[in-house]
Amino acid sequence: MSRTTIELPLHLLAHSRAGDKGNTSNISVIAWDTECFQLLLEQLTEASVAAWFGHRHPTKVTRYVLPKIESMNFVLEGILDGGVNDALNLDTHGKGLSFWLLEMPIEVPLQLADRLSNQIY
Amino acid sequence: MTAKNLFVGCATGFSGDRTDGTAPVVDTLIALGGGVLTFETLAERTLALAQIEKRKNPLHGYEPLLDDLVSPVLRRCLDHSIKIVSNFGAANPQAAAQRIYALARAQGLRRPRIAVVHGDDLTQPEQLQSLLKRLGSNIDPARIVSANAYLGAQQISEALQDGADIVVTGRVSDPSLTLGPALAHFGWSMDDWHKLGCGTMAGHMLECGTQVSGGYFCVPGQKPVEGMDRIGFPIAEIDSQGNFSVFKAANTGGRVDLRTAKEQLLYEVHNPASYLTPDVTADITNATITETAANRVRIDGVTGHERPAELKVNVCYDNGWLCEAEISYAGFKAKERAMLAGDTICKRIGHLIDLRIDIIGALSIFGDDAGELAAKGFNAPANDVRLRVAGVHMQKETAEKVSREVLSLYCCGPAGGGGVRSSIKPRLDTLSCTIPRDFVDAGWTIAQGQRT
Repeated sequence: MSRTTIELPLHLLAHSRAGDKGNTSNISVIAWDTECFQLLLEQLTEASVAAWFGHRHPTKVTRYVLPKIESMNFVLEGILDGGVNDALNLDTHGKGLSFWLLEMPIEVPLQLADRLSNQIY
Repeated sequence: MTAKNLFVGCATGFSGDRTDGTAPVVDTLIALGGGVLTFETLAERTLALAQIEKRKNPLHGYEPLLDDLVSPVLRRCLDHSIKIVSNFGAANPQAAAQRIYALARAQGLRRPRIAVVHGDDLTQPEQLQSLLKRLGSNIDPARIVSANAYLGAQQISEALQDGADIVVTGRVSDPSLTLGPALAHFGWSMDDWHKLGCGTMAGHMLECGTQVSGGYFCVPGQKPVEGMDRIGFPIAEIDSQGNFSVFKAANTGGRVDLRTAKEQLLYEVHNPASYLTPDVTADITNATITETAANRVRIDGVTGHERPAELKVNVCYDNGWLCEAEISYAGFKAKERAMLAGDTICKRIGHLIDLRIDIIGALSIFGDDAGELAAKGFNAPANDVRLRVAGVHMQKETAEKVSREVLSLYCCGPAGGGGVRSSIKPRLDTLSCTIPRDFVDAGWTIAQGQRT
């Protein structure tokens, strides 16, 4: 049987921005459209995101869903090595972490995948 | 009678932001018939740094770029009744007010009425004792650099209602810079949670400056932004019921649309049903965003609930020294040479100092302090990398070993290393807690200006 889906990085389905408070990072995930949002609801779960950030050892991951703006907000506690004043990371705020999440692979139906490539928003 | 709509512009998103975005905001406010100009300049650690400056010189400790922000627009703001509201007072709002009087005098302007909000600073010895008890911390009070409560919008509102042209604050919650003027303008009650929630989220959309209008957004070829070199700062139009729209200063670059607005709406939000400020618990669970014109969005569906019982406090304290040093390796086996250099330094001083090693160009900011991701190996093709070594220690001389070791790689390290740079700076750490409201004596006064 031939494949009906393909793995694509999250950035083809959503955009994102990370913010920090203390040792907690919040990372928004904003679907490019409704079809993308539906796939993300299934696949971008608290467990899958926690696993993707495994090397940062989150103490807790919470997903808040905002269906009216087809977005989610992930709150990842304890992932900033202490946060802006404490971490030795160059990026103590974890500002770049949205781009780590945007590399996460998502299973996408082939037909949708075709439409998503090279889109300019 | 319904008050006419209020326009609030925000011309900086942090201390160190561009200062030339102010003029287009003021031009736009004038064209709209007036409004309020705000500057947000206090990130978490900014106030501690300002406190250190104030210790060195009692006339310092406010926003270092104050002159650049205020001077070019002060005349037009006073002429057109545009109020200025900002937390650029940082650790020394009185000194900031004196500086603005001086700027006005130097330009031959009328003497502005400047209000100064006080009460956020909690560094009196008895206040610190209570805070440390509350924090359950046994750190030496002598190590504490700053302790500030987040005040709300009430004092700003009262000062504006009393006729202040300019309101200078230290630590207030960022959205209060917008909510305060809205409270003063519309006369909303301090327990009208719905309107307070709306005014707070209008402030939230503005508080990071261009982050809602095309800044911090662009990915070339995917989500482009025109005119990155002259992005317009944002302005909110708020009506008497709390409904609001966001747009940007006229004749500027940038973009305001569904996508930029969604990114900023969720920025630094945790539970969307419970965005806590000193003024209200704002709720964006059912928020919607609509593009109503080019570069203009309306946000609906925001509401609010009763404010938190207590105020948030940040305490910043000295916590040793951070030393960072870098050296570059380029060409064949660059990554391997940089990794060997890092390993060498760990062998020599890793037992003395907590170290972090980055190979910039191969793996740095995605990695963790413990090096767990790096240990899994990284295969990025990297033939032009920079080794970064960061270390912390309570003793400055020990922390400085990091730069000594990186420097000595010139002769003793792997082949071809070059371009060493290093720095050492005091490290500040933060503790947070909440305190009862009556612990804080918040208020405002009109700053007394010295006539010369």
